[in-house]
Amino acid sequence: MTVIQIASADKVFDNGVRALEPISLAVREGELATLIGPSGCGKSTLLRLIAGLVSPSSGSVRLWPDAQSNDEKRRRLDFVFQSPTLMAWSDVEKNVRLPLDLAGVGRTEASRRAGRALMLVGLQDFRHAYPRQLSGGMQMRASIARALVTDPSLLLMDEPFGALDEITRARLDDELTALWTKQALTILFVTHSVYEAVFLSTRVLVMSARPGRIFAEVAIGETHPRGAAFRASEAFARHCARLSELLAAASKAPVGAKDAA
Amino acid sequence: MKRSRATGLASRYGAPVAVGVLLLGLWQWAVTAYAVPSYLIPSPTLVARTLVNDWTLLSRSLVFTLEITLAALAAAVILGVAMAFVFVQNRVIEASLFPYAVLLQVTPIVAIAPLIIIWVNDTRIALVICATIVALFPVVSNTTLGLRSIDAGLADLFRLYGASRWQTLVRLRVPSALPYFFAGLRISAGLALIGAVVAEFVAGTGGTVSGLAYQILLSGLQLNVPRLFAALFLIALTGIVLSTLTAWTARLALRHWHESEIKDD
Repeated sequence: MTVIQIASADKVFDNGVRALEPISLAVREGELATLIGPSGCGKSTLLRLIAGLVSPSSGSVRLWPDAQSNDEKRRRLDFVFQSPTLMAWSDVEKNVRLPLDLAGVGRTEASRRAGRALMLVGLQDFRHAYPRQLSGGMQMRASIARALVTDPSLLLMDEPFGALDEITRARLDDELTALWTKQALTILFVTHSVYEAVFLSTRVLVMSARPGRIFAEVAIGETHPRGAAFRASEAFARHCARLSELLAAASKAPVGAKDAA
Repeated sequence: MKRSRATGLASRYGAPVAVGVLLLGLWQWAVTAYAVPSYLIPSPTLVARTLVNDWTLLSRSLVFTLEITLAALAAAVILGVAMAFVFVQNRVIEASLFPYAVLLQVTPIVAIAPLIIIWVNDTRIALVICATIVALFPVVSNTTLGLRSIDAGLADLFRLYGASRWQTLVRLRVPSALPYFFAGLRISAGLALIGAVVAEFVAGTGGTVSGLAYQILLSGLQLNVPRLFAALFLIALTGIVLSTLTAWTARLALRHWHESEIKDD
């Protein structure tokens, strides 16, 4: 089943800057697709477009276009931002519960589900800690727990681990793929790391800049879970080399050289 | 790190106290050594003695001034926060009303106090109104700024989760505004006191009861400079206590999360 259906959607901001060329893209259920590209290529804008935080200037973005109305409860979207975006004045549990509280879910039920989400990201011992008491990696886990608490079927992640050190990032990448295999999730993930893209994805979409468009597409066929062995494998290196080349070409591509790919 | 904690306490309380003692000693010595007459500059010990001897009179004035100050501060907080909430509802409302808040702020209170005293029969109420006008602006402008200073990411998040206007206000805007509000409160507390004193200077005697400003005015006329100094001391003390109390309130409310109130540990 198609989860995201984008039909030549583009975005021109009010100040006249064209952030996105018309883009067409379909993401299917169960994919872990990655958007990679030079900074300013409109990756984040594309993600915000899908989340409905901005609307396309033309074209359309549809989620679950051919779903029947009776499986509505399976269609939930959640978003993980670049920064943890936690409320500094609330403890971890209250932060994680936020989507449920806003939706009017009862206190005990919300608390129970928050506890489960915290367990998934390994923060069960930090329910009552305040965000400032957590490390960057733990803050990001809390942010992911908040996204998981709604039991989403589509997760949009905007460079969630970009600000973290390499070791923490690798660990969170492992955990994310483990979650993804367990939870029947569809994930669209934005990153600027070639290694992260190759490690995580079933499919990598390479974007080029100004205005942003999809420049190339690479399928990564290796089965999940991938683990440390995959990171050290020749296949991994080959995928990374190929993706780096494409990324370099995408960064150099002159405006309007759409057919060069 | 016991040592550094002790050093911290010493520099926090010990240093200002030492400076105070040193200055008072210097003052006492200078007044005695140069035989300055007490109707020009009274010695600190004389001021202290006056404070004790005239306590019945001065304490009644202190209570009066305190009442005016606290009533004005309360009114400024309630009115100021209400105005800030109205301002953030939409830009047009803010744009059309904010200049008048500024107008209120920049008009010297001594210039409008006589009018208010004519209009309002009860002197106490007139004084409270004057002091409220003086104290209002920091609460309004800081709270307005605070209610607007919400993290863009959190705003997106609330939008994504379909939060209502009310939910966004209570769960996002109000907590974000608290540090700003407390900064404003601290300024307003000082201004309420200044407003209460200045307004009383203009109003003169309020009949049977009078505040510290009136004591200063009267002592000046009678050349009772020690009592003038004693009243001045009480005003300064009130200001310090108010400022400390508002700082404590802020710490109590923000200690868990806001950078300004988090002690290094």
